[in-house]
Amino acid sequence: MHLTILTGATALVLVGFIFELVRRRRLREKYAVLWIVVGVGVLALGLYPHGINTVSRMFGVANGASLVLFSAVLFLLMVCLHLSWEVSRLEDETRVLAEETALLRLRVDDIAARDSEPQRERERATS
Amino acid sequence: MTTPLTGAEHAEPAATVPAAVPRTLIIIPAWNESASIAGVIGEIGAALPFVDVLVVDDGSRDDTAAAAKQAGATALSLPYNLGVGGAMRLGYRYARDHGYDVAIQVDADGQHDPAYVPKLLDGLSEASLVIGARFAGEGDYEVHGPRKWAMSMLSFVISRLARTKLTDTTSGFRACNRELIELFADWYPVEYLGDTVETLVRTIRLHHPVAQIPVTMRQRQSGTPSQSPAKAMLYLGRAFFALVLALSRR
Repeated sequence: MHLTILTGATALVLVGFIFELVRRRRLREKYAVLWIVVGVGVLALGLYPHGINTVSRMFGVANGASLVLFSAVLFLLMVCLHLSWEVSRLEDETRVLAEETALLRLRVDDIAARDSEPQRERERATS
Repeated sequence: MTTPLTGAEHAEPAATVPAAVPRTLIIIPAWNESASIAGVIGEIGAALPFVDVLVVDDGSRDDTAAAAKQAGATALSLPYNLGVGGAMRLGYRYARDHGYDVAIQVDADGQHDPAYVPKLLDGLSEASLVIGARFAGEGDYEVHGPRKWAMSMLSFVISRLARTKLTDTTSGFRACNRELIELFADWYPVEYLGDTVETLVRTIRLHHPVAQIPVTMRQRQSGTPSQSPAKAMLYLGRAFFALVLALSRR
């Protein structure tokens, strides 16, 4: 019974935290769905810590803890891969922005130079 | 732009440029090269009065862009460092948007002699991409150890692919025509060595002829090349990786 209190409370805090992040729009929806699914899974596991043994036997895994560790490692690996992929994509996007700003800066400088020319000429003419 | 020009100033370039000369842009990717950039631009201006010079300042901390403008080139300033590949893609974008027929990449450190540019231009009548290559008979540049193995491996594989002898596939002294400017403006690898090796592989795969012109490269006017054996070994690994990736991409 003590075990269920510990795991259940941990899971509840985790789910509450994820929900709060989503509610405040700190997580984009696509990630929110992922983490809510994870939270619900952890909650189920926390409330019925012994249920995992039944499930793992269904998959042919002798020990529930092994199944949890295996799926956790696999899941974290995939999250890491996904984040690397996202970072590469973001780098590509910022790269295009950097190019764009460089081109725009040149144009702005050209236009500013063109605009200031006639003004200077007028000043020269009046002085 | 709107400064009143006298007739003579206007007519002068037109008089010295034969009608056959294509609109040519020299692209110089530069990162913290304020010491040498003005000299390089001045030399190009003296040797090749018919070309425009674009310096892509790749997020320099010194005043490379200002020095380039002072020397009479157009300067594009990237807000932060993107690497040679990123700077070159921007250069090709500029060349595409401004309707240049030929784009030539030249290093900012002064090791590429602009006197070879007319030869590169001549080469473009036969090929879409012309490389100014070391180890092709001219000059006495030599490398040893892993760096040499890397270069030999690259030139062996890419020469077979191109069905022509290419001795210096990592050379940053190259000219390309309008078709390739349009390709490179949209697609230009930004990874290390991708800008030289992968562009070559892609160009060849798209059935654009590639040629090389033997050149002598000079000592850099500033900066020192990396010589340590560990770095040379790393270079070999990265060259191999870049080649495998380039060949695996369709």
